[in-house]
Order: sequence, then structure tokens, then C-alpha cells
Amino acid sequence: MRTRTKSRNRMSSITDTGMDFSFNRVAAMVRRYWYLLRSSWPRILDLIYWPAVQMLMWGFLQVYVSQNAGFFAQAGGVFIGSVLLWDILFRGQLGFSISFLEEMYARNLGNIMMSPLRPAEFLLALMVMSIVRLSIGMIPVSLLAIAFFGFNLWALGLALAAFFANLILTSWSVGIFVAGLLLRNGLGAESMAWTIMFLFLPLTCVYYPVAILPVWLQYFAWALPPTYVFEGMRALVTDHVFRADLMAQAFAFNVVLFAAASFAFFKLLQSARVQGSLLQTSE
Amino acid sequence: MDAQNTPAIAVDQLVKRYKGLAAVDGITFRLAPGSVTGLLGGNGAGKTTTIAMIMGLVTPTSGTVTVLGAEMPRQRYRVLHRMNFESPYVDMPMRLTVRQNLSVFAQLYAVADIDQRIERLAADLDLTEFLDRPTGKLSAGQKTRVSLSKALLNKPEVLLLDEPTASLDPDTADWVRSRLERYRAEEGATLLLASHNMGEVERLCERVIIMKKGRIEDDDKPARLLARYGRETLEEVFLDVARGRRQSEVAQ
Repeated sequence: MRTRTKSRNRMSSITDTGMDFSFNRVAAMVRRYWYLLRSSWPRILDLIYWPAVQMLMWGFLQVYVSQNAGFFAQAGGVFIGSVLLWDILFRGQLGFSISFLEEMYARNLGNIMMSPLRPAEFLLALMVMSIVRLSIGMIPVSLLAIAFFGFNLWALGLALAAFFANLILTSWSVGIFVAGLLLRNGLGAESMAWTIMFLFLPLTCVYYPVAILPVWLQYFAWALPPTYVFEGMRALVTDHVFRADLMAQAFAFNVVLFAAASFAFFKLLQSARVQGSLLQTSE
Repeated sequence: MDAQNTPAIAVDQLVKRYKGLAAVDGITFRLAPGSVTGLLGGNGAGKTTTIAMIMGLVTPTSGTVTVLGAEMPRQRYRVLHRMNFESPYVDMPMRLTVRQNLSVFAQLYAVADIDQRIERLAADLDLTEFLDRPTGKLSAGQKTRVSLSKALLNKPEVLLLDEPTASLDPDTADWVRSRLERYRAEEGATLLLASHNMGEVERLCERVIIMKKGRIEDDDKPARLLARYGRETLEEVFLDVARGRRQSEVAQ
């Protein structure tokens, strides 16, 4: 009898409205991913290895081409700058998606979804982890670029901040959409997490100006926020002009993309609850 | 309805269909606060889907589920911090130590004085010496105890257990049951237990709901079920229900 009374007394104290956002829960999730990263040196090495290889390969190619072509001799750093900015975009999304995939690999998603963690808190924790993972990978690689090729990404200053903000926003939008697909379709959608960003590679004109594309394809290219960033980077490195107009347009497109991705995520989550796929996250 | 009369869990005409096929087909039951109920049924009977709807992980096709007065899944965030669950089909991250895992979940559930709570649970569930070991390095029985610790971290008023002793040896399974009994006695929590283990249900539950093909085939106290079916164990009752033998036939 005593226990029943105790339980009933607790039932009268429902005060949580369900609308609150808790940074404490976000911190819990960030801590969970940090513990995981810290526990595994191959995971940390993987963050640095491929960006370093790619930067070195493109850097040496640029050195070779610049010695044999007048334009490239004047445009030193365009390739390396492109590689580094592309890695911010690509690794930003991977950092987001891999942290999410870790929950599926660990069969922990049920625990997470059943906890008081709100989806928006979960997404914010993944965004924080994407920056943490990106920093671990990109800071050493940017220093290597200075050591090997004299290209100082950090010297771009405020422009770099604008490039970074726009690229990371795009990478989060793509990551959010992929997380929704994974919730809805389970690990059957895993390949999307690894490859979806490559759709952006030709269209956002990472290594060449937009003018190279056929006119009809340029409309698609200009609908993608990273296109403005890569054009802006080329203007800065070759013409020494910071195109604030391009950054503002990129930001406007990013706001739309982020809103669309978030909407898609919540719709896919809703659909996952209807289809029962939160219980069955394998293929 | 005031809090005194509010059932801990109320399921009303609940239906879940997947592509037209009914996994749960119009079930209704209410669980009183502080009660322990067993959900019995063979594979595909609809037990896990029912529990998933109670947790708010699956949206019903029709009907309603209310937990501690909150409609699931629409109002789930009003009550998720007062519930918890344990299932062998969900794991804790393997690379994290037991302490790391428990502290992350404790923070998610806004547990006060996390370190003290973890130490207390570790002592209760005989996990103290494993707290700083990676969860993946533990035996199946130890992992189950870790999952149970996670399920008890927030002192849940409603505890959902999906086959909590599956794949455990009889000694460990018995040990887990005794801890569940103690938790219920100490905290007055409502327990809903899906299981294939009739001995477990007989020992822990004061009420048994038997499901078959998404419907409730029977719902009563274990002793009354045994009397009505003229059987000595719940396993025999379960087999009668599973094989479609009616109470009248069994009595003859």
C-alpha cells in the first residue's frame, strides 16, 4: 500500500511541458561522442589521414602546373585553397553523419530515442561533433599546407570565417537530411552518408569557375551555397578581392537549405515512427 | 480524472498495421500504478510493437496509449523522464566504459548527483568492479546488469521490460528478477514485462495479458488463469492459448 501511494503522489507532479530545450542534454551527447573518439586512435587518425593525403597530392600538382603554365603561376594557392575548403564541406558532413551512424552501429538508437533527448538537441550535438572532428582533422592539415607549399589558409582572416560558416551550414543541412534518411530506412541508406556530398563536387565548381559549366547547368550550380564560396575563394586568391555579395547570397541559400533539411528530417522521423523503423535500424 | 485514479498505462482500442497487416489489433487494457503485469505471447504476437507504442517509438494506426496521463507519442516529452526500459535488442555503446555510459544517460535523464547514483546502482547490481571497464568487454550477464542499471538510473515510475532475462543463464536470470522485485517494492513503480519465460512471469507478475496474432486472448491473475484452464503452470496455459485450445475443451 505504501508503494502505491508513493507512485500515485509522483503522478500528480507532471510539470514538464515537453517544449523545453536543454543544453545539458546536448552536452551529454557531445560527451558520449567525445568518449568514443578518445577511446579509439584509429578513429582520430582517420580524421587527419585522408585530408592530409589529398592536400599533399593537389599541392604538388599545383606546384608542377604552376611551373609550366603562366596563369597558374599567378594563381598560386587556388588548388590547395579549393582542397581545404572542399574538405571543410565534405568532412563537416561526414563528421555529422558518422557520429549519427555510430548510434546505429552500436544499436543504441532505441536508448537515445526513448530518452528525454529532443531531436533538436540530438541534431545540435551532432553539429558540435562535426566541428570537433573537423578541427582535429583540418587544423594539422592547414599547418602542413603552410609547411609544404607556403599556403596559409588562416591568412584569409575574416574571409575564411565567412567561407567556413557557409560551408559548415551546408554540410549540416546535408547531414540532417541524411540522418532523416537513416532513421527512416535504417542502415540500407548508409551509403548515402558516405557519397551524397560527391553530388556537390562537380556542381559547386570546387576546382574550376562556374563559367566552365554549360549555361543550363550554371542555374543549378548557382542554387547551391558552396558554389558562391568557391567562386569567392578564387576571387580572393587570384584577384585579391573579397566578394561579400557572394557570401551574403550563399548565406541566404543556406538558410533555405537548412530549413528544408530540418523539415525533411522531422517528416522522415515522423514517418519512421509510423513505419516502426526506429525499432529496426538494420538493413 | 484525478491523479489518484489515473492508470499508469492506459491502452484503448490500440491498432497497428504495417502495409495492411495488423501487428496489434484492437487491444485495450489499463495498468494500475505500482502493478506488475506480464505480456505473454509467441513470436509475432504483437508484444514488442505494443511496448514500442507505449514508449512512443511507434505511432499507432488507431486507438490511444496514455502513460502517466500523457498521450503517446504526441505528449511523450512530458513523461519520458519518468519512464525507462530495458531490452536485449538494444545495446549500450561498447567502447565506452560502464561508468561513461551510465553518466551520459544520467545526464540525459537529468539525474541529480550522478556520481552517487551510479555508485549506488553499481553496488546494488554488483557492478562496482566493472565500472571502469569498456562495456563491450563484459559477459552477457554483466551487460544485462549494465542495461538494467541504465533502466533504473532515473528511478522510473514506469519500467518497460522486453524479455529482460533472454539469453541469461538461470542463476543470472533469477538474480535479475530478484532485483526487479526489490526495485518495485522500494519505489512502487509500474512494471510491464514482455517475456517468453513463464516461470519469470509467474514469479514477478500479479496480472498476465496473453496476446496472440495482435489480439488479447486472455487477461487475468496467474492463479485465476491456472484455475480456469485447469493447469498447474502458466506454460501449460500459454500452450493451450497458443494452440487454440478453449478453456471448455481443456477442462474436459
